[in-house]
Amino acid sequence: MESFTTTSRLEGRLLAFSDLTTTASHRVREPSAPVPAVSVEDVAKTFRLPHQRFSTLKERLLHPTAARSHDKLTALHGVSFDVAPGEFFGVVGRNGSGKSTLLKCLAGIYRLDRGRIAVDGRISPFIELGVGFHQELAAHDNIVLNGVMLGLSPRAARERVDEVLEFAELKEFEDLKLKNYSSGMQVRLAFSVMIQLDADILLIDEILAVGDAAFQQKCFDVFFRLRDEGKTIVLVTHDMAAVERFCHRAVLLEKGEVVDLGEPKKVADHYLALNFEPGAPGDPAAFGGERGGDGSARVVETWMEDEHGARQSAFAQGARCTFGARVRFAAEVVDLNFEVAFVNAHRQNVFVASSAGEREATGRFAAGEECVFSVRFDNALAPGRYALSTLITRAGSGDAVVDRFENIATFVVTGARAAGGLVDLPRELAIERVAPR
Amino acid sequence: MTVSTARPGPREVTGPSAFSGGVRRFLALTVSLAALDFKVRYFGSVLGYLWQLMRPLMLFGVLYVVFTEFVKFNAGVKDFPAVLLTGIVLYTFFSDATGNAVTSVLDRENLVRKIQFPRVVVPLAAVLTAFFNLITNLGAVAVFVLATGVRPHWTWLAFPLLVLALGILAVGTSLLLSALYVRFRDVRPIWEVVLQMLFYGSPILYAIEVVPSESARQAIMCNPLAALLQQSRHWLIDPSAPSAADVIGGAERLLLPAGIVVAICLLGVWYFEREAPRIAEEL
Repeated sequence: MESFTTTSRLEGRLLAFSDLTTTASHRVREPSAPVPAVSVEDVAKTFRLPHQRFSTLKERLLHPTAARSHDKLTALHGVSFDVAPGEFFGVVGRNGSGKSTLLKCLAGIYRLDRGRIAVDGRISPFIELGVGFHQELAAHDNIVLNGVMLGLSPRAARERVDEVLEFAELKEFEDLKLKNYSSGMQVRLAFSVMIQLDADILLIDEILAVGDAAFQQKCFDVFFRLRDEGKTIVLVTHDMAAVERFCHRAVLLEKGEVVDLGEPKKVADHYLALNFEPGAPGDPAAFGGERGGDGSARVVETWMEDEHGARQSAFAQGARCTFGARVRFAAEVVDLNFEVAFVNAHRQNVFVASSAGEREATGRFAAGEECVFSVRFDNALAPGRYALSTLITRAGSGDAVVDRFENIATFVVTGARAAGGLVDLPRELAIERVAPR
Repeated sequence: MTVSTARPGPREVTGPSAFSGGVRRFLALTVSLAALDFKVRYFGSVLGYLWQLMRPLMLFGVLYVVFTEFVKFNAGVKDFPAVLLTGIVLYTFFSDATGNAVTSVLDRENLVRKIQFPRVVVPLAAVLTAFFNLITNLGAVAVFVLATGVRPHWTWLAFPLLVLALGILAVGTSLLLSALYVRFRDVRPIWEVVLQMLFYGSPILYAIEVVPSESARQAIMCNPLAALLQQSRHWLIDPSAPSAADVIGGAERLLLPAGIVVAICLLGVWYFEREAPRIAEEL
């Protein structure tokens, strides 16, 4: 296998991970639990949304008694949970479910309306894209400023600068103003600042969503290291594969309330179920209208697995992987065609796998039944992000569309070798000296 | 720097506030922010910091020519150039400090929305940046004052008290304005107009004795800025010039401008403290 080394490294990581999960779950189950690193009790937070965003003094003076109308937005409502020291805790939920508000409350940026939050140890700033950086200043000054913000003395902060830049791999851009950094570089710097500042509790918001595959890989490596060091981490993410890989436990928020708390696998499944509810905001059909068909069959879940059957969102180039889709039938159907297309960032169909050419008949399914449609392949795709689109059609009847689902999921192909082609096929390459003619 | 080994027990996260957090962190933060602000402001351009020194001097040059060559109502005022320059430098400090502070919280939005730290640091750093400038500008003033023949006097030692009072006034005003600006965006233009009024309402362009009516002179002295400028003229340049107390008609009447300084300060602290927890949400 050409990418043997990559595969074995992946395997090693998976093994290391399962070790950690075991120890962690032991720790969590211990009856004499230590003081929680983070304790959240019955927290509520409501925002007032004034209808006129910026009022002026003039208006205020002219109409002193006019009631200023505003809407109330309940971002968090009666949220409670504890995070044990050394625990890797996931916070998941759909957009607008209150995840980021919760993190801001933990970081002390919002004042609580009700409830209590206690932390044991020094807390990092929560990090996301462009964390607290001054765009007009060079990286060097920003690192010092962030250090001081976190409670280091200015001297101690200056001593950290080299480590931070080293880790972020931005040493040569030390004197470049932040405004000239790419957003990826800014995230790298923010991440680096955060992990080099020795906080006991780290709050991480959605950094996996930005940055390239290489950066994601680095984040993952750091997550493992931080776990080993016994740091407490609260991670907000939409990446269920990451939740299942890293988190000891996770909480699912929906409309500001805790709807599930516990095993990451269970929480991730619950999250996916919420997302695939018809008409749910997470349903691509709801925001893009990119879902069509007569509905007698519906794709209800899709995933990508590695060769060990573990669901992943990133795959090494060359690794064997499997696409899977669970299909639920709403009416009796016979001999449907199942198809999945892998679409790259340039909206090119790089690879389309269809049951149409493979087999004559796919069989008969009754209403209420389900099937799993899977495609196993050696990953020859070039590194990058791919979107999946599924299509179910009725065979032999002018290809009537039963269920069309564009951009149902995305995944990333990682790999150092990007020669520029759309695919990277297994090959034998030779350069031989020959006698000139 | 290591994480302290003797960890205190769990602490409650109380949300943002104006002052919370240790004194050392508070000071380190204020100084760091001010120093970086200074750097951004003056080390980006070619002449850099020189501009900052030139600005009051150029204003001084213009006003000096106009008010000694064309409009001569200050004729006969002893050491008028020195009075004019001192007045401009002190006023510039007040106007820079408060002018920067008004928008400071919004300018630092990226910090305020992401990191918990005592919020009061932000306007304070704006004042401190202006204060760095004041120190260097006062150096220029000292050279100029000595060059025009004013001899050092023991009352010079009392001058820092006036700078302190001016600083307190600037801090109080800055707290009030920066917190107001988060809610009311017309605070900035309003304040620019008020600053203009304060400029003409203080004895900078004119010596106080050229104001004809006594009641007008007394009214001017009720402005704390005017009283401070008058007193600095008395202590710094010309001991024979009337002190603020002389102009207002008795030392006990100085309680009025002093009271205004205290009132603005208390109001600023109270309002900022009240608004601080919600600033991150209002931005």
